[in-house]
This record gives sequence, C-alpha cells and structure tokens, in this order.
Amino acid sequence: MKKIDLSKLDKILTKYKGQEDALVSVLQEVQAEFGWVPPEAIEPIADALKVFPSQVYGVLTFYPQFYLTPRGRNTIRVCRGTACHVQGANANLGAVERVLGIKEGETSKDLKFSVEPATCLGKCFSAPVMMVNRKYYGKLVSRRVEAILKQYD
Amino acid sequence: MGKVRTPDELSSLRESIVKGVDTNKPCVRICMAGCRAYGAEEIKGAFSDEIKRRGLEDKVEVRETGCHGFCARAPVIVIEPQNIFYQQLTADDVPEIVSETLMKGEIIDRLVYIDPATGEKFPFAQDVPFYKEQTKNVLRNCGKIDPTNISHYIARDGYAALSKVLTTMTPEQVIETVERSGLRGRGGAGFPTGRKWRFARVATGDTKYLICNASEGDPGSFKDRALLEGDPHSVLEGMLIAAYATGVNVGYIYIKAEYPMAVERLEIAISQAEELGFLGKNILGSGLSFEIKIKEGAGTYVCGEETAILAAIEGRRGMPRSRPPFPAQSGLWDKPTNINNVETYTNIPLIILNGADWYFSVGSEKSKGTKILSLSGKVNNAGLVEVPIGITMRKVIFDIGGGIPDGKRFKAVQVGGPPGECVPEKLLDLPLDFGSLETTGSTMGSGVIIIMDEDTCMVDMARYFLSFAEDESCGFCAPCRLGTRQMLDILTRITNGEGDEGDIELLTTLGKVLKDASLCGHGQTCANPVLTTIKYFRDEYEAHIYQKICPVGMCQMSKV
Repeated sequence: MKKIDLSKLDKILTKYKGQEDALVSVLQEVQAEFGWVPPEAIEPIADALKVFPSQVYGVLTFYPQFYLTPRGRNTIRVCRGTACHVQGANANLGAVERVLGIKEGETSKDLKFSVEPATCLGKCFSAPVMMVNRKYYGKLVSRRVEAILKQYD
Repeated sequence: MGKVRTPDELSSLRESIVKGVDTNKPCVRICMAGCRAYGAEEIKGAFSDEIKRRGLEDKVEVRETGCHGFCARAPVIVIEPQNIFYQQLTADDVPEIVSETLMKGEIIDRLVYIDPATGEKFPFAQDVPFYKEQTKNVLRNCGKIDPTNISHYIARDGYAALSKVLTTMTPEQVIETVERSGLRGRGGAGFPTGRKWRFARVATGDTKYLICNASEGDPGSFKDRALLEGDPHSVLEGMLIAAYATGVNVGYIYIKAEYPMAVERLEIAISQAEELGFLGKNILGSGLSFEIKIKEGAGTYVCGEETAILAAIEGRRGMPRSRPPFPAQSGLWDKPTNINNVETYTNIPLIILNGADWYFSVGSEKSKGTKILSLSGKVNNAGLVEVPIGITMRKVIFDIGGGIPDGKRFKAVQVGGPPGECVPEKLLDLPLDFGSLETTGSTMGSGVIIIMDEDTCMVDMARYFLSFAEDESCGFCAPCRLGTRQMLDILTRITNGEGDEGDIELLTTLGKVLKDASLCGHGQTCANPVLTTIKYFRDEYEAHIYQKICPVGMCQMSKV
C-alpha cells in the first residue's frame, strides 16, 4: 500500500489544534482529502486534538460516513428508504450487486465503485432512487442499472 | 447592498427592491431542487439559450427556485404573471414555450396538467387540484423566490418579523406570542415550542446555545430539505427570533450530510445575512449579537434525537443520554440549549408578523397551524404538501394525492416515519394531528406519509422498519440494542416461511418492552410499525406463519 502523505494531514490538523469538539469535522476533512481515513492518521489526529486514539477510533466506527479502507472512485447509494422499499429498491440493489460482484458496504477490487448504505436520500417522490456520486437516478428499474454504471470509470 | 443598520433602513431597502420589480414582466420559475434529477438544469440552459437567441434578455426573467411541491410531475415550471403551470417538460419543449407562451401569451395544451380521473385541463397553478386543497403558509416562498437572492426574500417581508421583535417586543412578549399561537415542534414529538423557549430563557448561565435540527432522518421525509433549499432565510430569521427570545448569541445548524445542496444554500444565505448585518454584532442597531455555524452530520439517524445531536456537535459519538437534565437546562457543553426543528423555526416569522390569533385560527383543537407533509409511495401525486392540521388522511391521499396509481386498491398508509404507525382504510377519516392519531397509537410525527397499495405485504413492511431500527440503534441501551435484533430475527423468519406459533405474541411482548424500557425516542417508538401492523393486519401474519404463504406474493418463502 502507498504510504500516506502526512503533510496533507498536518495542514488540516493545524487548523483545529486543541479543539476537541472538531473531531467529526477533522475526520470529514481527512476523508475528503484522502477518500478514506487511513489508520495511520488516527494517532496524529488524537495528538492534535488532545483526545485519546480510542476516542478517534470510536467516533470513526460509530458514523457510517467514515471509512477505514480505501474507497472506490465512484460512490453508489441505492436508497433503502420506505418509499423506495415499497417500490422495489431491493431489486435495484440486487442488480448493482450482481453487476459489480460486490455487496453493499464493499468496494470493487479495481477501486472503481463503492456501494454505500443509504437509509433515505430524501428523494422519495422519485422512488425508487439511486445516487451515483452527486447524480440522482429516479424511478429506477433494475434493468437500467448496468447501462448507468457503464457510464462511469 | 451595504449593511442595514436600523429597522428604518430595512423598510426603505424593501421599498426600493419592491419598486424596482416590474410585476408584468414575464418570469419563468424553474424548480431547481428535486426536479434536477429530471433534467431541470437542461431546461434552464435551454431557456437561457433561446431567450438570448431571440434577444429577450431584458424582457424575460428566468428564475431558479426551490421545490414547487408537485414532484410527481417533475420537471415543472410556472410562468408569471399569468401563473401558467407546465409539467413533465423536456428541453425540447422550451423553444415553443418561448415563442408561444412568453411572446404571444398562448397556452400550450400538451404541457398543462390534465386530471387523469376527469380529463379536465388545468393551465393555471392555482386551479390544479393538487395545489388547490393546500394552504401554503410556511412554504409561501418555496418555489417562488430565488433562494440565493436575499432581495427576493426581503421583498416578501423577509426579516420584517425580526425587525418587529427587535423594535416593539420584549423577549417575554415574543415567548408569550409563540405560546399563545399553539405552535408545537415539527420534528415529530410535538412539544409546545413556546414552553421550550421559556425553559431556555429562565435557565441560568451566561452562555446559552441554540440548535436547528436539520438532521431529517426519517426515511420518507424531505420537507426540511425543501425548506433549506428553497427558503433558507426563513430558517435563519426564525433562529434569530428564537435567539432574541431566549438570550442566545451562538447557534448551530446540524444538517444531514446527504443534503449537499441544502448546505450550499445555507452557506450562501448565512454569508448574505452577515453582509447585510442580519447576523453578526448589533443586529439592526438593537444590541443583539448572533452568529450561526453549520455542522454537517456523518450519516446516522439517531443523531436527530435531541440529546444525541448535542454529543454529535461536541464531536463525540452521537448517542442519546437520559433526561433530565433537559437540554434547556444542560445541553451543549453543559450549557442551556434550545433545540428546534427546521420547520418549527420557519413558522416563527409568520407568527410574529400575523399574530398569535391568526396562527391559532388554523388547525385542529389541540394543534394549531399548518403541517408540511412528505407524500410518497403508491400515490399518483407524490410531492411536498402543506395542509391545515386536522385535515383527514383521506383528503390528503385522495384529493391532494390523487389516489392510487394503476387502478390498484389502497391498503395502508404509514404515517410519521419509523416511529409512526400503519393506518388501515377504516381509520382514514381521522383528523391528522399530534393528538388524535395518538388515541389509536401514534402521531403524525414529522409528516411522512407513505402510501401502500394491495401489492404491499404488511409483514414485509414491519420487517423493513425493524431492519432500519436495528441498523440505526446506537447500541447504548440494552432494550433497543437487543430487542430490535430479536424482533428483526423473528420477522425475518416469518417472511422466510419459518414462522412459529407464538411469534405474534412474542413480537407484541418485545415491542412493549422496547416501548417501556428504552432510553430514547428511537427505542421507545421503533416497534410501532410492528405493533400496528399486528393490530390491523393480523391475518397477514397468520397466513405467513400457519399457511406459509405471503398473500400478496412479496415474500420469498423458502420452506413451502
């Protein structure tokens, strides 16, 4: 695995030195920078914010938004909200999993896609919905999934 | 625009903005919220190109707005001044709209809304049945103004309520007005807002905080998103008035990370308000100082619970804690903290401007005002709806919602999200309220309305809600952590055709334990969808358990 460039991390940490309450914001910025939160970053973060590494790890693993493994270049979210559920979200998730050969929560080996859990994307009026990066696909039928995913690399 | 230093300066600024607006100038209002997923950006681009091509730039305004509500017909536009409503557009329709409607004033028949039931055409927005039955108070600006343009908000009495409280009312009078209005919290629990403010006001301490709960976690809810994206200044103004009433100088907006556009709109609105002096020090010369910070969530449902939100803002794991002490006494960093939902804050400027009596006159006996509902599922007119509290569910589903698609039969409606209940046909004439559904076991909660038709299996629905509940349980208290898991296991067995005699009774017992013994609202209410489906659709459970069949054929029975 490539070693992480800690200078980028330092840049984020200097902004928040000693601010215990900034832990979530720091992790969000670290993840935005690296695409995930490399475990090597935990101790420097703890040092900078004056908290225990266990606290950093606790917060990291509590919030589903954070990842301790590298993410794919594209993020797929198949909404599992109530409206999507009654209108066939399961078939869409099944199609994504079949096309990519990975399960929800996993990343494809070529790091092209990650499939993230989504409890509700707030687009219930277009149910069932899938989101790839920041683009929404509404009223989705499972046979369209493969063609949509082909557009990304 | 320079800083607005006094209430008089605000009035003259408003006058000059209003004077500069030509009400006869055609304006195309394009929804740039939910309609984006259906090509609103392409439509906007096509309008700009076509208008430029014809040299009409000075004669026509193209305005990007928030949600118009009728999401089922996306993408939608409204053309002023006639208020012509066009729906399900594509960019290809645009040249014709420019040449026929904008230049000649002619209505294009194929783009207007046709009632599928009667075949009647409705070219004007105000006549469309979906809109006609609504009372748009809180949503008054949503879909009308450009949310990134503070002038639009000011022109429609924006920040007038703030100016009124700062010049003519004491904090005590503000609280008294909110109390008399009968406003109850719109996040779901329905706690009287005025009373909450009073707790925060009387709490001792030099530092106090204000939080706007924009965590909107209930699956099926998109009303807070619409307000934040379509009318962010209303939220800020409501927070400012609350800050004045409760004596607070710092406010936080805790917002769901899945709402990037809402965050963007809020950031723009906050910087505009700072620039004009509505946020910052000595606001409108009154001596009030108030700043607002945005905190983005990191993807958990339970962080919408008010004590969990505190932990999340403090940068810790978002777990609830027991109350008392209530946040009003000991909240953020142990300081007195007032927490309200986005929609609650948005109601405040209206109450201040129109008075408590005006507000009190709309609604039911127990709950006043209007409620925004997020309507979705198996219904023709899915979208964002605002109605007087006390309206019947039947009216919402069949008159506004246009009934069930494809000639299917209505089966149930899930009201209020995961803490809510599944309401059968026979209870549809009950008024929608915080109080009256309570008597049958629930509340309208956050306003989620999800309609299910004859093809929906109610046992599968119950299993769905429990899988959500189990997933989102923070794990802090045992009843919720273990109980949701056990209930999910049982429901999964039943839907797999492996149900046993006694399962229904076991689910009922577990559900009651969760209700009585869980620490926070999540655990206390998450069994409601199970308990109510057992109550009203027991025969479906029995079919799964004893005959090993799913009556609607939704569940895959492995052991038949």
